[in-house]
Amino acid sequence: MPNKIAVEARNAVKVFGQGASTHSALSDVSVSIRQGEFFTLLGPSGCGKTTLLRLIAGFETPTSGQILLDGADITNLPPNKRAVNTVFQSYALFPHLTVAQNIGFGLQMQGRPKAEVKATVAEMLALVKLQAMADRKTSQLSGGQQQRVALARALAPKPKVLLLDEPLSALDAKLRKDMQIELKRLQMETGITFIFVTHDQEEALTMSDRIAVMSAGQIQQMGTPRDIYTRPANRFVASFIGETNFLPGLTVPGGVQLDCGATVAVDGQYGAAKVTLAIRPEQVRLQAADSPGAIPATITNWVYFGTDTHCHLVLADGSALVARLQSPAMGEAGLEIGANVAISFAPGAAQVLQD
Amino acid sequence: MTQSTEQAGSIARKNWLLSAPALVVLTLAAAGPLMIMVVYSFLTPGEYGNVTWQFSLNGWRGILLTEDIFEPGTYALADAHLTILLRSLKLSLMTTLITALVGFPTAWFIATKPVKTRILWLFLITIPFWTNLLIRTFAINEVIRNDGILNSLLIWAGAISAPIQILYTDTAVFIGMTYVYLPFMVLPIFAAIDRFDMRLLEAGYDLYASRGQVLRRVILPIVKPGIIAGSILVFIPSIGAYVIPRILGGGKNLMVGNLIDLQFGQGRNWPLGAALGMTLLIIVMIALVFYTRLTNRGAARG
Repeated sequence: MPNKIAVEARNAVKVFGQGASTHSALSDVSVSIRQGEFFTLLGPSGCGKTTLLRLIAGFETPTSGQILLDGADITNLPPNKRAVNTVFQSYALFPHLTVAQNIGFGLQMQGRPKAEVKATVAEMLALVKLQAMADRKTSQLSGGQQQRVALARALAPKPKVLLLDEPLSALDAKLRKDMQIELKRLQMETGITFIFVTHDQEEALTMSDRIAVMSAGQIQQMGTPRDIYTRPANRFVASFIGETNFLPGLTVPGGVQLDCGATVAVDGQYGAAKVTLAIRPEQVRLQAADSPGAIPATITNWVYFGTDTHCHLVLADGSALVARLQSPAMGEAGLEIGANVAISFAPGAAQVLQD
Repeated sequence: MTQSTEQAGSIARKNWLLSAPALVVLTLAAAGPLMIMVVYSFLTPGEYGNVTWQFSLNGWRGILLTEDIFEPGTYALADAHLTILLRSLKLSLMTTLITALVGFPTAWFIATKPVKTRILWLFLITIPFWTNLLIRTFAINEVIRNDGILNSLLIWAGAISAPIQILYTDTAVFIGMTYVYLPFMVLPIFAAIDRFDMRLLEAGYDLYASRGQVLRRVILPIVKPGIIAGSILVFIPSIGAYVIPRILGGGKNLMVGNLIDLQFGQGRNWPLGAALGMTLLIIVMIALVFYTRLTNRGAARG
């Protein structure tokens, strides 16, 4: 059951425009999303994530390729015939209907009996904790409440898959945090497959079972949040998700020789080539200048962030990197600008990028 | 009385004085003529038009009843007036309906065009306003008369052997009013559709609504105020139309406007004309009350 595929895109291509002014939004994307999964499409604007979502919803048809829902080809099915519902970025609530009428709309259109519509609407109102607002107009609600109505409206017909198009982008930071937890709860309670589109890496990392990082109409990497964060497949993924230090070097037997001369041990075997070493700032350790095996560095600046302090360093060859250190309780001892120190990396933390 | 309330009083008096010019204009231009109409409707007609200052209910009675010429004091239903009133009502309601049916798709077409071309289409819709109503009506006359463009074309194409009599029928008046008042329907509906959030269409389709259901359950309820405003803007001038029935209806297919004109002209019955005018006003007011009810209900729900 957990490995059953809910939605599948096979070699989906979407090209917008005609003649000379064509724009390729998706180029040959294949992805399988499992049933009951919280799957996130993450990428900068214009990377094709929303286009992929709209192909699944049925608002666009692929230029070539197929979309499958529960194994059935739905590529050419109109949106109203797909057991898929969307939570829109702008919510798109019906202004002429009350909260309850909005939530019941999909059920009514499906021709469900009145009693069932009423019962499901009540159930959904309880699920999103808006029982008191049932007869309000949607314009009288706050942003967070409208968001919850949009969620309840899309969940009410019990779709096989729920599509969420950057649903949290219009909320303020505090509300967004609450809604992240709320969304995760709803997904677990309903067991519905969620496909979530966002450009916010933090949202993606905290909520998803799996993430597909997209750029330029292609999936760059697909995996669990931990996979994506700790083992970025390429430079784009490493830089888009979190902060990363990139250090150029050459592969040598047993590791990578950085341009400053030091050799860093890495997992895996690589042929001799120019590579980039990616290392997260929190995996950089600061040591005394004469520590054996450490790489000499000079502190150029430090920035206090509260829970941690970012220490900007420069290596012998001039390449810069940042170390994120937990702020010491007493002052910034040893973090003087211009001081000579040494750095080392947590074992297994350095990633070799071959592009 | 304290100093400050005295001051407030003098400010209020000053504000009243400031609005005096507007009040004078309103009294002279709106309330004044209306009062004259009300008073005249209760007077006795003069021999050569005008009125004599003697109270009479004959003006109002004359709307529905006619006095027998040979037996004063016996009244019969004024069939002619009733026919004219009903025709006016029927033709203006039909005009409203057909302009709404044609105007909605037209407005939708324009509102969904890119902004640049939209301006061109709106310009084309408003062009007829630049021409005198009389000339436009005669143009319609030219199209529909027996040896006019339409009949000539149909005969030439072999669709008919003898011209169809359209001119001087209710149909002619209906065609004329539809043509002239269509922009009044298109523009308010356009304004409503322009404000309509097209993303709601996707939301509708996404929630299993068919095209027809999206139209009935999403689009129409939201743009309804525009349709109602357009209906009012078409209905009011339609029911009071004068030039169009005069030219396209010939002498026989009168509407209320022509009947009123007749009372002040050949009929020499100013009180009846005034009473008919007031009747028209009442019909329009009923329509307006109906309109506010409809829009309020829409607002309460939306």
